[in-house]
Amino acid sequence: MLAYIKSYLSSSQTPGAAGNMFWVLVYILIIFTGLSIAVMLMTWLERKVLAHMQVRLGPMRVGPHGLLQPIADSLKLLLKEDIIPTEADGFIFWIAPFIVVLAAFTVFVVIPFGPTHAITDMNIGILFMLGVSSLSVLGIVMAGWASNSHYPLIGALRSSAQMVSYEVAMGLAVVSAVLMTSLNAEGTGTLSMIGIVQAQQAQGEWFIFKFFPLGLIAFFIFAVAMIAETNRAPFDLAEAESELTAGFHTEYSGFRWSLFFLSEYTAMIAVSSIAVTLWLGGWLRPFPNWLNSPTWDKAFSLFPGIALLFLAAMCFFNAARMPKHPLFRVQTIGLAVFGIVLGLIGLFLFIPAVSVRVQDIFWFAAKVAGFMYLYIWYRGTFPRYRFDQLMQMGWKVLLPIGLGVLILTAGVALVQQNLWHP
Amino acid sequence: MLSGIMLIGGILVITRKNPVHSALALIVTLLAQASIYLMLYAPFVAGVQIILYAGGIMVLFLFVIMLVSIDRSMKERQFNSQWVVGIIAATALGGLFIAVFTKGKDIFPEHALPMVENDNTQQLATMLYGQYMFAFEIASLLLLVAIIGAVVMAKKRI
Amino acid sequence: MESMLHITTLHYLVLGAALFLLGVIGVLTRRNVVIVLMSIELILNAVNLNLVAFSRMWGGLHGQVFAIFVITDAAAEAAVGLGILIAFFRNKETVNIDEVNLLKW
Repeated sequence: MLAYIKSYLSSSQTPGAAGNMFWVLVYILIIFTGLSIAVMLMTWLERKVLAHMQVRLGPMRVGPHGLLQPIADSLKLLLKEDIIPTEADGFIFWIAPFIVVLAAFTVFVVIPFGPTHAITDMNIGILFMLGVSSLSVLGIVMAGWASNSHYPLIGALRSSAQMVSYEVAMGLAVVSAVLMTSLNAEGTGTLSMIGIVQAQQAQGEWFIFKFFPLGLIAFFIFAVAMIAETNRAPFDLAEAESELTAGFHTEYSGFRWSLFFLSEYTAMIAVSSIAVTLWLGGWLRPFPNWLNSPTWDKAFSLFPGIALLFLAAMCFFNAARMPKHPLFRVQTIGLAVFGIVLGLIGLFLFIPAVSVRVQDIFWFAAKVAGFMYLYIWYRGTFPRYRFDQLMQMGWKVLLPIGLGVLILTAGVALVQQNLWHP
Repeated sequence: MLSGIMLIGGILVITRKNPVHSALALIVTLLAQASIYLMLYAPFVAGVQIILYAGGIMVLFLFVIMLVSIDRSMKERQFNSQWVVGIIAATALGGLFIAVFTKGKDIFPEHALPMVENDNTQQLATMLYGQYMFAFEIASLLLLVAIIGAVVMAKKRI
Repeated sequence: MESMLHITTLHYLVLGAALFLLGVIGVLTRRNVVIVLMSIELILNAVNLNLVAFSRMWGGLHGQVFAIFVITDAAAEAAVGLGILIAFFRNKETVNIDEVNLLKW
């Protein structure tokens, strides 16, 4: 058994490519669990960060600094009564949340957390991801239709029109990033996600900085389109119409609503992972080629442990700052224990054998976490777009800019190819 | 098994009373077809099918069903008044197919030629932009005409 | 079992023909215009399946290129067809094919 694990860990292919079904299942399990934990963390983080941006404290009661709030939320949603409207179309009502969740989670089949740390590496990886995220539009339309009332229908139609429009801009930005992978000696690019990151490693710069400012503009287009694609602020007409009138998930209660909620956060993480892989260099640490001596490698490999130790230190600091009241004793002890656990994980990550493997995943997760913070920041800062302004921006602003970037990138790439590899 | 899913989906498309159910069945058929494309060593066509067909055209269909479908149409009969002639014509077509397949079974080779999958996209792109360039341009013109046509058709006042 | 596991081109062609037949039945016998349009999409899909199966048989990629063109074509035709449907529905308030008889003498 140990030899089996060792033989896998030293392989140079993803489990899917190697046809290793057992490890594929293990990976799927790990990614699923990790995603669920990440989504729960996201709900807590969003409420705390939004609250701090609005000069208030956010959830503080449930656990120490509200850390157990996601658990309380999910318990409440699971125990709520499942209300189904009488005139609703039963089968479609039942299946719509599942399609959205399915589409959101299937994207993670091709996302690479490391050179061999993906479930599989399709050589049409990007195409697959774009296609699957366009399947979630179907789920939303069906959800709006099955609720059989006006507000969800209009909300669903608006939301799906928005998602379809911004998919076009996303596609153009993605194509211009894929174009940059073809600047090697043979002139062949690749659509596979691992291939894209390896092209960034081979070319020595992240695609966001390539052909300055074209990579940056393409990244910007993708960043805006991905926020519109996941129905988040400032494009959250479908989600926030729940606050204004109603949204496509009005008639859903309890567990079904939590499925929509879950799929929204998962879709956020998914498109952020796409952005990180395409433009920000995936799992590569900062400056992989410029500072590539073994000492720099060692210095950068200390980062995961240092990050977790920093989090543990913050836990201890806040535990020390808790009010010295008998009622707060449980929370203080809880926070201190959490800090100890984080510290132990941090120390565990200092072991060289572990830190070498965890490094790729850590840098990937750190970049995606940065994107998540940006998402919450946008929600706290920007006012909401009106629907016609939204559609106007998608078609009249992002699409021409995307086309322009694509043509310019193609031109510059052609010139560079001919100059360097004639 | 995939072909079974496709056939069941196809039968469901043509037999459900509720057009939304038909659209769902069509989506299932399209996804099963994408998987069959993967079996046929055509990953790019499978990806294009999922993005365009299942993600684009079916959304369009669902939009129009929601804008157009009124409850009256679901309470009426399903089959139109010429269904007898339709069934006869379809049976004739089916007979033709069966005749073709039983007579011409032997002209297909037993074993398929091996096809490499790794650079399918690159080869397709070379062919698309090289040999079929003219068809590519005409297809883009066709799409432009279709966009203008759809916009004009659906406008309230021309 | 040996011959069962071996999927030749003929199997794909039979599947394509069956789908085509289903689509034709759908076009000829259904009353709702939207379902007729969806059956047309089914027919086009069956044709695509045939094309890609033949491309696999001959080893070249011409069938796949043509299949991409057919998909593009189907998108354009679905858009225009649905536009016509909406324009007609605005006038007559029905999606019944039997009532599309304005030219009937």
